Amino acid sequence: MAESAATQPSRSRDLDKLLLRPGNLVGPRFEPSAQLRDDVQNHARVLVVGAGGLGCELLKDLALSGFHNLDVIDMDRIEVTNLNRQFLFRVEDVGKPKAEVAAKRVMERISGVNIVPHFCRIEDKDIDFYNDFMIIALGLDSVEARSYINNVACSFLASFFFSPCHEIEYDSDDNPLEETIKPMVDGGTEGFKGHARVILPGVTPCFECTIWLFPPQVKFPLCTLAETPRTAAHCIEYAHLIKWNEAHGGTAFDPDNPQHMKWVYDEAAKRAELFGIPGVTYSFTQGVVKNIIPAIASTNAIISAACTLETLKIATECSKTMSNYLTYNGSEGLHTKVAEFERDKDCLVCGPGVLIEVDTSVTLQKFMNLLEEHPKLQLTKASITHRGKNLYMQAPPVLEEMTRSNLCLPLFELMGKLSKDVIHVNGMTNKNNQKVSCLRKLRVTFKGVDGVTDMDTAGGA
Amino acid sequence: MAEPKVKYDRQLRIWGEQGQAALEKSSICLLNCGPTGSETLKNLVLGGIGSITVVDGSKVEVGDLGNNFLVDESSVGQSKAKCVSSFLQELNDSVKAKFVEEYPEALIETNPSFFSQFTLVIATQLVESSMIKLDRICREANVILIFARSYGLTGFVRISLKEHTVIESKPEHFLDDLRLNNPWLELKSFADSIDLTVQDPVAHKHIPYVVILVKMADEWAKSHGGKLPSTREQKKEFKDLLKARMVSQDEDNYKEAIEASFKVFAPRGISLDLQRILNDSSSEVDSNSSDFWVLVAALKEFIANEGGGEAPLEGSIPDMTSSTEQYINLQNIYLAKAEADFLVMEQLVRSILKKIGRDSNSIPKATIRSFCKNARKLRVCRYRSIEDEFNSPNLPELQKYLTDEDSSGGATFVGRGAMAPPKPLNFHIAVGIYILLRAVDRFAANYNSFPGQFDSATDEDIPRLKSAAISLLSDLGCNGTALAEDLINEMCRFGAAELHAVAALVGGIASQEVIKLITRQFVPMSGTYIFNGIDHKSQLLSL
Repeated sequence: MAESAATQPSRSRDLDKLLLRPGNLVGPRFEPSAQLRDDVQNHARVLVVGAGGLGCELLKDLALSGFHNLDVIDMDRIEVTNLNRQFLFRVEDVGKPKAEVAAKRVMERISGVNIVPHFCRIEDKDIDFYNDFMIIALGLDSVEARSYINNVACSFLASFFFSPCHEIEYDSDDNPLEETIKPMVDGGTEGFKGHARVILPGVTPCFECTIWLFPPQVKFPLCTLAETPRTAAHCIEYAHLIKWNEAHGGTAFDPDNPQHMKWVYDEAAKRAELFGIPGVTYSFTQGVVKNIIPAIASTNAIISAACTLETLKIATECSKTMSNYLTYNGSEGLHTKVAEFERDKDCLVCGPGVLIEVDTSVTLQKFMNLLEEHPKLQLTKASITHRGKNLYMQAPPVLEEMTRSNLCLPLFELMGKLSKDVIHVNGMTNKNNQKVSCLRKLRVTFKGVDGVTDMDTAGGA
Repeated sequence: MAEPKVKYDRQLRIWGEQGQAALEKSSICLLNCGPTGSETLKNLVLGGIGSITVVDGSKVEVGDLGNNFLVDESSVGQSKAKCVSSFLQELNDSVKAKFVEEYPEALIETNPSFFSQFTLVIATQLVESSMIKLDRICREANVILIFARSYGLTGFVRISLKEHTVIESKPEHFLDDLRLNNPWLELKSFADSIDLTVQDPVAHKHIPYVVILVKMADEWAKSHGGKLPSTREQKKEFKDLLKARMVSQDEDNYKEAIEASFKVFAPRGISLDLQRILNDSSSEVDSNSSDFWVLVAALKEFIANEGGGEAPLEGSIPDMTSSTEQYINLQNIYLAKAEADFLVMEQLVRSILKKIGRDSNSIPKATIRSFCKNARKLRVCRYRSIEDEFNSPNLPELQKYLTDEDSSGGATFVGRGAMAPPKPLNFHIAVGIYILLRAVDRFAANYNSFPGQFDSATDEDIPRLKSAAISLLSDLGCNGTALAEDLINEMCRFGAAELHAVAALVGGIASQEVIKLITRQFVPMSGTYIFNGIDHKSQLLSL
């Protein structure tokens, strides 16, 4: 089927049909044109978080869907066990940083694409870094990492008032204003199962709103491990969590150290033999200790592709968007379902923020004590910022010293005597009996202060 | 070979050495290596498939650089099959990669025997007429066939082979085989030897729940004429009896027993699904029967005789609160019974093999063992031929999809009892896509191009596509059903574009089905998977 001779062969021959032609089943603001395609290509910046099984696929898919300005961030190095699915890596690459090799490989094969790799932890970047991107695509393998990025993206949702710090405004009905929402597309896989979801902070549920979707990790009771082991996993965790410390005192167990792993395996095998329990193998030991999740190329391909399609739709409105959570399971036949979850209006992360009412006389220290006791927050080790200004920082020591004197000052004064405003608090809280770090947005209002002329006050900020 | 094993570690944890060996022994043929085919094959190559042959007659064009990762700048003008196959070779050097620079349609017409050398053929981007012909060829040659297609934001995947039997279906959630309400002699004796009223509190809370439930179920049956709890009140009463035996609140074994009491209420014997398999005509075996059906025939006999209505015992027990000693003892009792059942099955298998004139050792012990362990979970998948489906689809199903009406009722409720306003439901778009994907092929047969393939023609093509769809629906016996106008417009807008993200998704699904088919583990999809990239409400259609 030959193309018309008049047209120049275009690289985006197929994508053009979607972006240059008008349609009916499209987003409300779809403007089909070569300009749209070029804008995506030249100006849309997408961040891919993770350069592993999902990340490699995401980079390829996004690059071949018209996105030519990508960043990728990953703190890991390539391992042999990655090679069955992380197709941008070869045996010679083992040991090199994933983000760097992935970026290089994609740029080699697809000309015109620019990918900036970041070989570091996601926490190492300034919050502003994340704000530079139009859309953030997540290819992560942990709940904690997702939570972190979710916190960051949602922190861009802010106060009732306009603020110069790239924050989202809420209108008087507490609805966030659109142009300041930071969309995220999140994918996850495990064996034959996976999910892909679209998160528009303030509009669709954020990661925190639906945290109940993730079941807590299995932990064996200590008495089972110590006294009545019954399974191979019990023997392994005994060696890993109890015997190791008894035998090695100060040395931390390193799951990537083959000698450490062998020690745990030998101890587990001994214990298993003692109790007559079958099933302790080296491979199984690794699986239990490292919590290895089985992974294959096909599921990663499916989920990443779904995420990419949604990214393209968010950026161009070239079709309807997924609303808002896709689950996939290919182990028994084929099951895909899109569920429309709703936001938790009181969500601690993407909601307008927990409302806290205090007296104008309350000091910053007293306020921090309140946060610790607040039933919804239970926040300890708080670091507090107001409109980008540090009120108190727990770390580093230099900043702590600098801000220590604020602790005895009234919060009302520290917040510029506004009758109400939003502050952000970084601290530690309890989740599933574990201490985790979190970022919370709080709406502070001061009792007995005349709040009528809010807009006038804020205008001068 | 230590090296290859480590690389495949993350997938070996899913399908094991045997599954991997099956992949490494197989040879796959790919027809058309645009992004759909290339992405499908890439996933299989990464997984260590034995050998691949890429068949495509086209040359790499500039437009391919924008949607296919497996071709690059330097390959423009060259054979696409050659470029894709050499990149795939780079991805995994233990795979044997070949290419054939030929259009698949030509091979199908002039050299059908080409396909018999393969374990499986992945046919991408073929039109209706080629699909039918290829299907006939592969059925004849007993080659597994899988179709995959991307078309704009839509696509489909369809497996085609006469029958695929699965022993290791590995369902995620399946009731364990504990026989709490039907214990055999050794289990019953073990339960009898344990006194639930033991005084020592530590011993009391370390009696495994299996023992508790076997004893309590037996006690109940004795006082209820041999019957088990069946009504809601009886089930509650049974749980209350368990609660009454707790001497303190921290007795996890009793809590587990209460939670697991539903296992006592479950019916004895085998499931309807298994019964259906046993009743299948293929279980009347002869010398042509596959090993699977010989095993089923043996299973049938076992269940009717030694099994007393039950399949061979699976043999494993879940972890539960217990003293180590009692748990190990219990475990051994289950293992021993499973072993005994296996030995009976083995004899049955050997004698059936002899009866049908086959070597009585021709089915290995390991296979029989695996069959026994998985007897309750067997699956048989059968697929209609493409010709049959295309010419006479299951009309009631088709009507159901087209009207989105199901006789089982079911309106959509949106929280707090409020009815959702009527909106297009899930099947309507999927079946619309199914019909239109066939209509575009008819269109192409008439006009030598796909609707909307050229910018200039898009407007005229819409009514033409619509009438092709209407005439197809009429041929299928569905006169008067309307397809959504918006969808018809969209299909023209797509202009047969092969978008990378869609190709990667459809290819991902196709490659996963190939893995299940070749490893013979897990359950392949049935019917036709319609990918709906417009709102992701994809569906499986059984036509």
